[in-house]
Amino acid sequence: MRAQKWLMTILATGLAGATPALSQTIYPINRAEILEGSRFDFKVEFPNAPTSADVKVTINGKPAADIFGKPTAFTQNEEGQKHSALWLRGATLPAGNYVVEATQGANKATVKWEVFATAQPRRAKNVILFIGDGMSVAHRTAARIMSKGWEEGRFNGELAIDDMPNMALISTSGSDSIVTDSANSAHAYTTGHKSCVNALGVYCAKNALTLDHPKVETISEVIKRRSKMTIGVVTNAEIEDATPAAMVAHTRRRSDYNDIVKMFYDVKPDVIMGGGSPNFLPKTTPGSKRTDDLDFIAQFKAAGYTIATTKTEMNAAAASGTKKLLGLYNTSNVDGAFDLRLAKKGSVAKFPDQPDVAEQTRAAIDMLKSNEDGFFLMVESGRIDKYSHSLDWERAVFDTIMLDNAVKIAKDFAGERNDTLIIVVPDHTHAVSLVGTYDDERPGQLLRDKLGTYADSKAPNYGPLDADGYPTNVNTSRRLAVVFGTYPDTCDTGRPFMDGERVPALKSADGKTNVANEADCTGPLATRKAGNLPFDANSGVHSGDDGILTAMGPGAEKFRGHKPNTYVFRVMAEALALGGE
Amino acid sequence: MQQPILLARLSRRGLFQGLATLAFCEAAFADEAAAISFDGLYKSFGVLGFQFSDRATSLRGQEVRMLGYMAPPLKPESHFFVLTREPLAICPFCQSDADWPVDIVVVFMKAVTPMVSAGQKVAVSGRLEIGSAIDAETGFVSQIRLVDASFHVA
Repeated sequence: MRAQKWLMTILATGLAGATPALSQTIYPINRAEILEGSRFDFKVEFPNAPTSADVKVTINGKPAADIFGKPTAFTQNEEGQKHSALWLRGATLPAGNYVVEATQGANKATVKWEVFATAQPRRAKNVILFIGDGMSVAHRTAARIMSKGWEEGRFNGELAIDDMPNMALISTSGSDSIVTDSANSAHAYTTGHKSCVNALGVYCAKNALTLDHPKVETISEVIKRRSKMTIGVVTNAEIEDATPAAMVAHTRRRSDYNDIVKMFYDVKPDVIMGGGSPNFLPKTTPGSKRTDDLDFIAQFKAAGYTIATTKTEMNAAAASGTKKLLGLYNTSNVDGAFDLRLAKKGSVAKFPDQPDVAEQTRAAIDMLKSNEDGFFLMVESGRIDKYSHSLDWERAVFDTIMLDNAVKIAKDFAGERNDTLIIVVPDHTHAVSLVGTYDDERPGQLLRDKLGTYADSKAPNYGPLDADGYPTNVNTSRRLAVVFGTYPDTCDTGRPFMDGERVPALKSADGKTNVANEADCTGPLATRKAGNLPFDANSGVHSGDDGILTAMGPGAEKFRGHKPNTYVFRVMAEALALGGE
Repeated sequence: MQQPILLARLSRRGLFQGLATLAFCEAAFADEAAAISFDGLYKSFGVLGFQFSDRATSLRGQEVRMLGYMAPPLKPESHFFVLTREPLAICPFCQSDADWPVDIVVVFMKAVTPMVSAGQKVAVSGRLEIGSAIDAETGFVSQIRLVDASFHVA
């Protein structure tokens, strides 16, 4: 007994000694996979602010500066903080395996990197990356039932996103947490590096300012540096939002919208479409959210871009042969398919001529496809996630159908060309599941009485489909029962929210906790639920469940089994042969 | 909602009676601010910016009343809060993936005041300020403000 206690003490002490709080930290982090020739900032942080004489950094046993062929810079007490830092910004390495050691007194930290080459010749002329933000298995299944129909256990058609030859499970964790956010997860696709929540194109070091953290190159920057390919960034979220921003941005804080607009301007993707216009306007323009006098509408115009603010203007630009387009269709997010088609709520009255993601995709491909050097297009259906946060599953599933329509347009373009890699993937998932149908005809007065499970989960009686595969009525007597696994205090109604996006909870007067939105608590079937999330949550949260990736075209065969999200970058980089100086 | 009722009563009264009460009412109205709605603030509202309405422009610097919803406040007691047209599903102060609607009105109170639940509809009175401003303390950017304001639950 005593011996066991002694052993446990030793183990505990040993573990405490291994905690990373006081050890050297090396960026890029352990097990980083780095594209050959891509730019990255090398940084080592040493705790307790040692002098340069007290530390040593080697790569494969040689001084780091020798391996990089460039001098490193050492700063004691970086930014007045209690650490010292060794930097090399804009480092590159040839392909190979690297062991980086940072020694400080008796402490040695070690990370390993794999710098990977990409085989020539390039296999894909074009890559189209579709990101269904937050798209989970239940979204797909519900979209398939709603949009294709279900009879006697079989679907009456396949979704375009399902009907692809290759598939993989994708895990989306960040370096700091099992469950991540859309900034960090999109960053994994566009850089191939694992980083932390809220980060775009950077590792999360100790720097005080959000733009100073160690950067890694985005796929847009690699493409612009190495080739004459054109680039499109298309979303129905705000263009500064995490997923589209990951194409161009380097910041520790995804909410740096004004900086992100400037980063779009610096990288200049050829086609840029989404919402979020206020951060393009100088502060003197009413409606601006900028804090300076920079007018990015004028700057993009001067750089040769056509500006579109409506679907009509977008289509006119595409039809007239425009090659560079800045399309901003809403001051906030572009309205989702449910509001554009059925409910007409949200900001549809204010912005009556907004394109949806499928229409944007068609226009973007039209503008990009004539480039003989090929194109890279990222398309996000951004509100699958946002509507899942607000537990408004019908809106989330309508935007899954919208993504499916966009993918169909891309597949029609790819056709028999066999030169276009198409990938469809979520950036993370939500805790959402399809468990049966609510049937108003079932006996009982409570919402749970109306829930048909197992043998009682009958097909829904939604209205007939419109030409684009959306049901024309979902507020019917027998409806899918889609439930969320995470929620604040809220009231379920079991019905679609025809008067506008669901608001599940509201902040209470103390500014800390959230309480159910009483507007949903008074209907005939309204059911009060005690939340299962921390009290500061006012909406559903992301899950750590794997997401499903489907793919077709050259390179797609590499997707199988289970892969980390960073692998998506690697497959795209290999298909386009982006490695090398 | 007192002001419209008073006005309606006035219009139904006879001229003499009306004139007789006018002096009294003028005194009362001097404290009553002009009501303006969220929609009434703008003449046009486009992706590339909006134009303030003539009425909003004419009320600049004057005492006005607005109805709206208190956005989730930064602190339970504060000297400022954000007034929104609709109740907010999100808390832009607390979530990095949430952004403010473009048509917010920022309310700076006369004094630090306890906030109410974010679901509450509130009536705010304050002096109307128009034009871009950045709050020195919070860095918050606003186009329309009510300053030296007070509010009550509507």
